[in-house]
Amino acid sequence: MNTMNVESQKKRHVKKLVIKDIEKCVGCSLCMYACARKNAKRPEIGISGSGILAVSLSGFERGATIIFCHACEEPPCVEVCPTGAMKRREGGGVRFVENLCIACGNCMKACTIGAIFKREDGKPAVCIHCGYCVDYCPHDVLAYEVVE
Amino acid sequence: MSGKLRSKVLKIDLSKYKYEVEDRKDLFEEWIGGVGVAVQLLKEELDFDEDPLGENNVIVFATGPFTPAYPLASKTVALFKSPLTGNLGESHAGGRTASSIANAGYGAILIKGRSRKPIYVVVDEDKVHFKDGRVIWRVKSSIVTGRIIAEREEGRGIRTVMRIGEAGIKLVRYACLTTETYRHFGRLGLGAVFGSKNLKALVVMGRKKYTPSGEGYREIYDMIYKKAVESDAMRKYHLLGTAENILPLNELNALPTRNLQSARFEKAEEISGEAFAEYSLGRRIACNHCPTACIHIAVLREPYEKEKYFYKTIMISYDYELIYSLGSMLGIGDRSWILKLIHKVETLGLDAMSTGVCLAWATEAFERGMISERETIVKLEFGNAENYLKAIDYIVDQPNEFYSKLAEGVEVAALHYGGVDFALSFGKNEMAGYHTGPATYVGYLIGLRHSHLDNAGYSLDQKMKGLTPEEMVERLVNEEKWRQILSSLVVCFFARGVYTPDIVVKAFKPLGVEYSENELYEIGGRIYREKIKLKRKMGFEFDELRIPKRVYETKSTRGLLEEDYIVRALNYYRERYWDNV
Repeated sequence: MNTMNVESQKKRHVKKLVIKDIEKCVGCSLCMYACARKNAKRPEIGISGSGILAVSLSGFERGATIIFCHACEEPPCVEVCPTGAMKRREGGGVRFVENLCIACGNCMKACTIGAIFKREDGKPAVCIHCGYCVDYCPHDVLAYEVVE
Repeated sequence: MSGKLRSKVLKIDLSKYKYEVEDRKDLFEEWIGGVGVAVQLLKEELDFDEDPLGENNVIVFATGPFTPAYPLASKTVALFKSPLTGNLGESHAGGRTASSIANAGYGAILIKGRSRKPIYVVVDEDKVHFKDGRVIWRVKSSIVTGRIIAEREEGRGIRTVMRIGEAGIKLVRYACLTTETYRHFGRLGLGAVFGSKNLKALVVMGRKKYTPSGEGYREIYDMIYKKAVESDAMRKYHLLGTAENILPLNELNALPTRNLQSARFEKAEEISGEAFAEYSLGRRIACNHCPTACIHIAVLREPYEKEKYFYKTIMISYDYELIYSLGSMLGIGDRSWILKLIHKVETLGLDAMSTGVCLAWATEAFERGMISERETIVKLEFGNAENYLKAIDYIVDQPNEFYSKLAEGVEVAALHYGGVDFALSFGKNEMAGYHTGPATYVGYLIGLRHSHLDNAGYSLDQKMKGLTPEEMVERLVNEEKWRQILSSLVVCFFARGVYTPDIVVKAFKPLGVEYSENELYEIGGRIYREKIKLKRKMGFEFDELRIPKRVYETKSTRGLLEEDYIVRALNYYRERYWDNV
């Protein structure tokens, strides 16, 4: 693949957070804390603002998995947002416009995979596909790449 | 210390089904968090003469200022009066407990009183729910209890489910409290204290946050994270886990075998960390906010008894201490049988070390004819795991006086049936798996919870030779003092190489807190003295410490141990520290 092709692809496809190998997840939750440190106007200690969730599969004996926005082309959460705070993002997923949000929680209910989380203030925390958490995934479960 | 740190204490009264929240900035400012704060809370609330299984025993769970600000600081310190020793009970666990407590908004949670009926308690940030536990009270398995509660309650991924199994309900004095299936407040009987309070489980969840008040938070975070994943500081735990100790300790004549009649096990190779990793390791998982994933989980694939081509597959977490106590100590050199024994204690919610040491004593007493099948019901013999599985059920169910005594710990049983010289407990706490030399035993005796982790005497034995008893005591005490800081920060002891004093000082800065290394050492010393005072108030008598003769009879890493040396060390300690507080 030459450089020209890569460049033109980048224009058509934005980068997204993806799962490389979910079976490698150890459930450490470092991605959650990374998200909260990054995904806020001021870095945050805790998980209130985290748009990603690490869970055990009904007990750690069955392993762990992570839940985050899959960057839908037609996000249900956008359709149910009464104020336009959830906006479609170019290339899939959403942009969240905080000052429009009235914390109704519709988006959280509408998300089929339960990937929108409730912050301490009741507003949604959702992955914006910035890729920050990837650098803190110690076992290569997550990656940040252009998705066809 | 800044007001931004978690300083709220949730106090739950099970007798009144009430709770209150206090802001204890005063305590967190003076005593950091974790064990430092827990000691003070226990002091305030506990009636020192109370029966550990009585209504007025108090349990404190405390987290630290680095939870969840930084990785590797996800331990919770539990303090209570121990039903095993009758004195200060302190137990630490990982899992999701510390971060869940902190994310629920608390620096510590205190539990007192006793519910009239079985309950479990759910802490959801500012609310506490007292829930009917009568049905799950009958569920013997701590694993199944965890699953039922996990299905029933909210908070997937942001909660901790601490629960007891049948051992806690039957008040076995070394019942543990299990969290997230594979981590434990293992030692000194917290599970029995839960049982005595009619408390089957404690669930804590939350998504609360706070913001750093100083500069450079992300930078310091990255520095600690890099050190954790890139340096050698955590390497041991990255690879084989603590089980990597089996072979080297066996080589060193330090692996207690068949009730320490030997310190070398001829089947060490088969039960080594290497062998478990090669043939049994199925998965590794992590405590919350820790990249290491040191929790090693084995796969046990077992055929159905009567049907062909049917298998059950069980995931079982193993560590060095479990392989020692349920393996070499009982003469069992088969991985599958060790895993079955581990699964048994995991299911029932027992402390593995205490269980193994109790059974090892019972086996030797049986062999010597001090007890017979009239007491033990099954024939106890080293290497016979099948019978040990039954005996573990009996410890929990206590069908006769013998097993009732054994459920009170090896010291109580040996005082009744004989064989105290080979009943391997120290300060009434059953020993860990290190016959490395004098520092290990002096360490157990003077350690304030009589645990190998108090002061790591086993490590000192391996590193330093030619110390005088006095020098040895000084080193043990200094280590224990620094560990008061680690367990006030609630940094995992495995990460002590990452959180060196200079890093701790730096890590405090973005949180708006200034400490010098000297101040930290000084606070460590003060916490240490506070704990001695607390032990004395609870009636601890230094004179009652007992050294089982067995430790002098079996050759250790440092040869045969000399009684004079150990006695001199204890006398020095007593004069210099114990009587001086």
